Amino acid sequence: MISLLRKDLLILRRSRLTVALLVIYPVAIALLIGLALSRGPTKPRVAVVNETTPGATVQVGGHSVPVGEYAKQLFDQVQAVPTTTRAQAVAKIQSGDVLAAVVIPHDIAARLSSDVSKAHLEVLYNGDALEQSLVQSSLNSALAQANLGFSEQIQQAAAQGIGLLLRGGNLGILGAPANLVGLSQIPPLLRGVIARQPPGPDRAALERTLAFATFAAQNLTLSKTVLSTISQPIAVHTTLLHGRRTPLNTFAVVVAVTVSLMFICLLLAAGAVALEREEHALARLLRGLVSREGLLVEKALLAACCSFVVALAMLAGIGAFVHLDWTRLPLWLAALALGAVAFGALGVSIGALAREVRAASLLAFLLSLPLAFLALVPSGSVGHGLYDAISVVSFVFPFKAALQALDAAVNQSSPALAGALVHLAVLTVLFGALARVGLRRLD
Amino acid sequence: MLSVSNLTMRYGEREALRDVSFEVAAGELVAVVGPNGAGKTTLLSIIAGIQRPSAGNVNWTPREVGWGVGWVPQIPALYSKLSVAENLALFARLERVADPDAAVERMLEQTGLHDRSGDQVAHLSGGNRQRVNVAIGLLSHPAVLALDEPSTALDPGQRERLWSFIRGLAGEGTSVVFSTHDVNEVQRYAARALVLADGRLLFDGTPAEFLAAAPGRQADGEPIGDFEDAFVSFLRARGHE
Repeated sequence: MISLLRKDLLILRRSRLTVALLVIYPVAIALLIGLALSRGPTKPRVAVVNETTPGATVQVGGHSVPVGEYAKQLFDQVQAVPTTTRAQAVAKIQSGDVLAAVVIPHDIAARLSSDVSKAHLEVLYNGDALEQSLVQSSLNSALAQANLGFSEQIQQAAAQGIGLLLRGGNLGILGAPANLVGLSQIPPLLRGVIARQPPGPDRAALERTLAFATFAAQNLTLSKTVLSTISQPIAVHTTLLHGRRTPLNTFAVVVAVTVSLMFICLLLAAGAVALEREEHALARLLRGLVSREGLLVEKALLAACCSFVVALAMLAGIGAFVHLDWTRLPLWLAALALGAVAFGALGVSIGALAREVRAASLLAFLLSLPLAFLALVPSGSVGHGLYDAISVVSFVFPFKAALQALDAAVNQSSPALAGALVHLAVLTVLFGALARVGLRRLD
Repeated sequence: MLSVSNLTMRYGEREALRDVSFEVAAGELVAVVGPNGAGKTTLLSIIAGIQRPSAGNVNWTPREVGWGVGWVPQIPALYSKLSVAENLALFARLERVADPDAAVERMLEQTGLHDRSGDQVAHLSGGNRQRVNVAIGLLSHPAVLALDEPSTALDPGQRERLWSFIRGLAGEGTSVVFSTHDVNEVQRYAARALVLADGRLLFDGTPAEFLAAAPGRQADGEPIGDFEDAFVSFLRARGHE
């Protein structure tokens, strides 16, 4: 087996282009996947035309909320391009400089302050169906966020007004009397007056007024709470049921490394076995010089070792840019090693079934991409039945188990590392047995 | 000496070999001929130990030096990225030859490939590849050498050199069994011919005996002198077109 291993290493050394492609291609693909996963969607570039006069405010009770606050909220949600006029905004959309424009009309403050009319924004965009959908979705979200922020400002102003009505004092509203009595101060004042009144119709009238004032003060206090509830009726509290939350960027590292591990190992193992058949050497080797099991183990281990080294180097390299817990290195090694061996077993089974290197490489390649894709499909994103089918496919191939093992090793995520390692070990045995069956055919 | 007894090989319902028996003496050169699908390659691969027969057995007498059966497949089984010497050294180690380096030197000398020992096999001509292919079969100095259509794809000059080499081996006591489609090679080089058709051994004898056994006569009443004509006539008479 050592002679065969030395021969394979010699052939690898002389196949520099193949080796370079075998390393560069998966690493490039892995980094692209990693980047795509680690970067959230970018903010849409939107022209914002604020036609309101500077300093315009919405009057709520005795308080003013500046309209500029709304524009500020909107700017936070999009990549805002301040634009002076509507015509300029239209020109920017047509030239493709911005995806859309939001026009805040000059009368928005007056409409928000009035009780009879609703304030409106104007949204302009163009593009194809996909772009429209994307822009519309992004803008709806941004506008909803801005509306929520602005309504909180208004709610706070209203709550302050209610507080002043309850407490009394100077309301600060033009025409309001100074040192006004607060609604909550009226019941004790009335009780004092009633106590000094003899029984009769005047006292009865005062007692009815006291009952009303008490009821009004209690309900106005409650309305402050109601206002804050209306501004955000449902608050969200998140609870992670098991495991540790994996940051998106370190999960992307794990995905990138696992994809590289799989690509290199599968292509190398499948190619190495298929090469024996392509060179017509398989029959010569298997006439007692090497056992079938020995040949498969040698190829799987060779591929596993090569991919392990590349994946570990990749993990270490990325670790220079992304924070990784290096104290967990032994667990990384275990996850990478068992993942590599499982991929090696799958690779040799592909190689044993194919007649030539090109067919084996194509088969390995065609299998790798869907496996990686399916393993990353989140639950709930597809129908229940389809997700079950995807889960079964992911379960019987080593990519998902390797991903889970490495994620558990690097990020302490769930499911636990031990379970994933056992899964990989079982798959190694199964694919090894499949490869052994495939190698029965010698021609 | 090689002894083949009652060999039968079945692939499912199909019988590739049916109760085939023969012996090859030390130093004897025996040709296996027959139409396509006759079972020639199956017979040789069983002799070489690549396949196990469904029934029957193969025995050989080991030499004082050297052991087993050397095998030369029809298509050269070589690693094209390795040099001639590296291919020989690899198989010498895999065959557990006592002194691999000496065996490589010996085979380079015998095959006349010393000057090309450092060349990658991918850069060799078809004839030279076949020489390396034969050399690998001889690395363990085997008592029996099985060659599956060894002269296919060789030009006449290369064929001549190959047969000269193989006859030399037989002269040193190696039992040689080879299959071929070129019946003229049987007439020129083989001491005995085995004719197979549909897995059955139809004839076992010298080329001269085969010519005499072939049905039909030439215009002057003499037996058919051309071996190819005799071969076709022999098979046709037994229902094989």
